[in-house]
Amino acid sequence: MTGSTGSPASLGDLLPSEAVAAHVEVETWEEAVRASGDLLVATGSATPEYTDQMIAAIHRYGPYIVIAPGFALAHAQASDDVLNTGMSFMQLAHPVRFGHEKNDPVRLVAGLASTDHSAHMEALQQLALVLSSPETMEQLLDAGTVDELCAVLGIPPSK
Amino acid sequence: MKIIAVCGMGIGTSILLKMNTDKALDQLGVAGDVEAADIGTAKGAASLADLVLTSAELAEELEGIPTPVRVIDNFMNVDEISAAIKDALDL
Repeated sequence: MTGSTGSPASLGDLLPSEAVAAHVEVETWEEAVRASGDLLVATGSATPEYTDQMIAAIHRYGPYIVIAPGFALAHAQASDDVLNTGMSFMQLAHPVRFGHEKNDPVRLVAGLASTDHSAHMEALQQLALVLSSPETMEQLLDAGTVDELCAVLGIPPSK
Repeated sequence: MKIIAVCGMGIGTSILLKMNTDKALDQLGVAGDVEAADIGTAKGAASLADLVLTSAELAEELEGIPTPVRVIDNFMNVDEISAAIKDALDL
């Protein structure tokens, strides 16, 4: 699916509905990143160590992963702890502060584990389209279930 | 023109920034080549570029490089990126 010979993986290929969560209860940014990492672990994309690396990256480089108002893209470098390129997506029950000067507080967190620099380009582009529209951004914040989130993201719903 | 989009790891945020910088160049009608890079690579590669775009935190780490650096707050906002390019390059 994400092999080097196939066509580029779409968002639906990399983000299964099992890696999508609605109304996640967390109190801190570390808990939020850990929860997004747990979804990557549960869906076979990464090891628990990868989650530690995502948290360490924020300690090292600051909260710059909050790249748009209300949205954080949690990720670390490609390493042996990435098992398969994949993503996760969470809507938080309450806004959480990451310490970003302009884009706090965060309500939506995507997790990304990638084996290389390009396997996830297509999928990221699709996600960027959804997030760059105020209308769909609003729909993601208002969604009440995983399937509603999947519908806005344009990926297949849970089975 | 060559622009480098920089993030800490070079796989996530810088790639989103690269995509939207491509769109911004289109909008401005400017031909250019945009490359995503991690902060380590960027320090070396920047001397060959006309402009570096990154976040506020990482801009501090890039202080002292010879290339203009502009901070982007919202990596999804093509208009903000266009404005930064215009400002930096006197378009």
